Amino acid sequence: MELFLQQVFNGVMLGSTYAIVALGLTMVYGILHVPNFAHGHMYMLGAYVCFFLITIFGFAYWPALAISAIVLAVAGVFLEVLVFKPVRNAGGITPFIAALGALIILENAVVVLWGPEGHRIPNPYPGIIDVFGITMSTQRLLVIGGAFLMIVLLQLFIKKTTLGSTIEAVAQNKEGATLVGINVNFVSALTFAISTALAAVAACMVAPIFMISPSMGSLVGMKAFVIVILGGMGSIPGAIVGGLILGLIEAIGGGYFSAAYKDVFGFGALVLILAIKPTGLFGKEIKGR
Amino acid sequence: MIKWLKANWFYLVVLVVALVLPLIVTNRYYGQVITMSLLFAIGALSLNLILGFTGQASLAHGGFFAIGAYGVAIFTYTLGWNFWIALPVSALLSGFIGLLVGMPALRTRGAYFAIVTLCLSEIIYLVAGNWMELTGGHNGIVGIPTPNPIGIPGLGQLTFDSQISQYYLVLFFLLLTLFVMHRLTKSLRGMTFLATAINEDLSEAVGINTFRTKLLSFVVSNFFVGLAGGIYASLIGSISPSVASVGMTFNFLMYVLLGGITTLAGPILGAFLIPILLEYLQFLQDYQMILFGLLLIIVIIYFPTGFMGLYKKLSDKIKKSKVGA
Repeated sequence: MELFLQQVFNGVMLGSTYAIVALGLTMVYGILHVPNFAHGHMYMLGAYVCFFLITIFGFAYWPALAISAIVLAVAGVFLEVLVFKPVRNAGGITPFIAALGALIILENAVVVLWGPEGHRIPNPYPGIIDVFGITMSTQRLLVIGGAFLMIVLLQLFIKKTTLGSTIEAVAQNKEGATLVGINVNFVSALTFAISTALAAVAACMVAPIFMISPSMGSLVGMKAFVIVILGGMGSIPGAIVGGLILGLIEAIGGGYFSAAYKDVFGFGALVLILAIKPTGLFGKEIKGR
Repeated sequence: MIKWLKANWFYLVVLVVALVLPLIVTNRYYGQVITMSLLFAIGALSLNLILGFTGQASLAHGGFFAIGAYGVAIFTYTLGWNFWIALPVSALLSGFIGLLVGMPALRTRGAYFAIVTLCLSEIIYLVAGNWMELTGGHNGIVGIPTPNPIGIPGLGQLTFDSQISQYYLVLFFLLLTLFVMHRLTKSLRGMTFLATAINEDLSEAVGINTFRTKLLSFVVSNFFVGLAGGIYASLIGSISPSVASVGMTFNFLMYVLLGGITTLAGPILGAFLIPILLEYLQFLQDYQMILFGLLLIIVIIYFPTGFMGLYKKLSDKIKKSKVGA
């Protein structure tokens, strides 16, 4: 029982970080219909920015996290303008290939600049809390809390502010939004900025727990995609539920069966769910894409 | 006959060059690079069938390459089968797994399909790295025998130990693949592939069973990449899980896209030119991949049909200017 609860705790921690990474991805897909395959690599870049701010420039943890989010927001806008905007009307798999190119550049640029080896961000909250026999490190609790705070803030932003509702408007109907005077280009850039900033926050929060390395992005990016598909492309609640489900599958599958195969369980679950429902758990029929 | 020669002289020249190439290139290293280029051309051609002609971005291509490679490795090295039995069985196995996997995966569309196949490729990679008893784990399998000699009555034996013989072996399979792809894509069946790629809903409306069309294309594609993988394992002599990695799929993708998607010559051209280009870019070392990423983006934005598209554009322009004059 204690092992089970411990795995559930770890699963929720993993799942909540996956959820925020997937949130950014699903927003971008919902609005631009762009499968941003380089999203995981923006996450990796966020972790590196955080690492350098702390170890080289001597920033404290929280300011480093905030600056990393801002830097990545700017990087997200660049990614949108330089890579995705030129292929916006191409359709098919073209944006996907463009994203692959961006991903190859990002990963190898980091390898060239800072080497392929892993780094570790010093843990700002090394304490441990013991609740009913479950060990919870403070940093892990912080990750869960932080993730839920981000989700709530994002929801408030989209539902309660004018700027946020322009995002929803563009997602629902691009032509209609243009007609009522919404600048679609601005909204696209804004969405990308929010999406990559979210990824950076997630990366900075888990970085003290796991190692950071240039290759950390591809697996997380892939998992974020799995979640977004599980939850249905463009669905925000779907991304949150999907993230938690994947985190739990991984933690429980890894804890009880085999740690080496934990990713197989997650990916296998995706294939299984799509075999039953090809548009994901909460997804609507997609046409011609 | 003369008419046929006039229309196809260029291809004949290419074939003749391909046949005499090992006599010109005597450097062992370059010989190896060329042989591998031809081998990867088989994989690129088969990826082109599903990606270009059928419009489904399968990112599990490296995974199926690995299934063929591990198939031959296990059948010949571990079980001691003859290569000429192991190769078709491995390729069929790759096609069969493609069938099993394609049935759920091909129900999804567009980016969904790309992600599902990417996940499958990751599963194959993880299994190859962790199933110690079958695949040797991360160390892989070392000491895979080269293809068994074929006895020809009255002429003696065809052996495959020398580099030149291996070149001709690969060339034979490349021509076989090219022949099948040519027949397939020019047939009525091939037209249904293209129709599915261009508009799935419309194809369905005119009576094409798009699911079966996609499944057929996926299975044929995986059969041939499995074949390429099998030959690879036998010629290289050792394999590790890295053959199943996403990097392998990216290589195939790059050959197809830079060479020219939905053309038959493009993938071969890509598989041939890019490794040679890489040889010349050796001095760039780590920057090489960054350059490639950049190239991929530029090509997809400005020349979506790759090198072959560029060639067609230029030749059309020349024709036009001739007509004008």
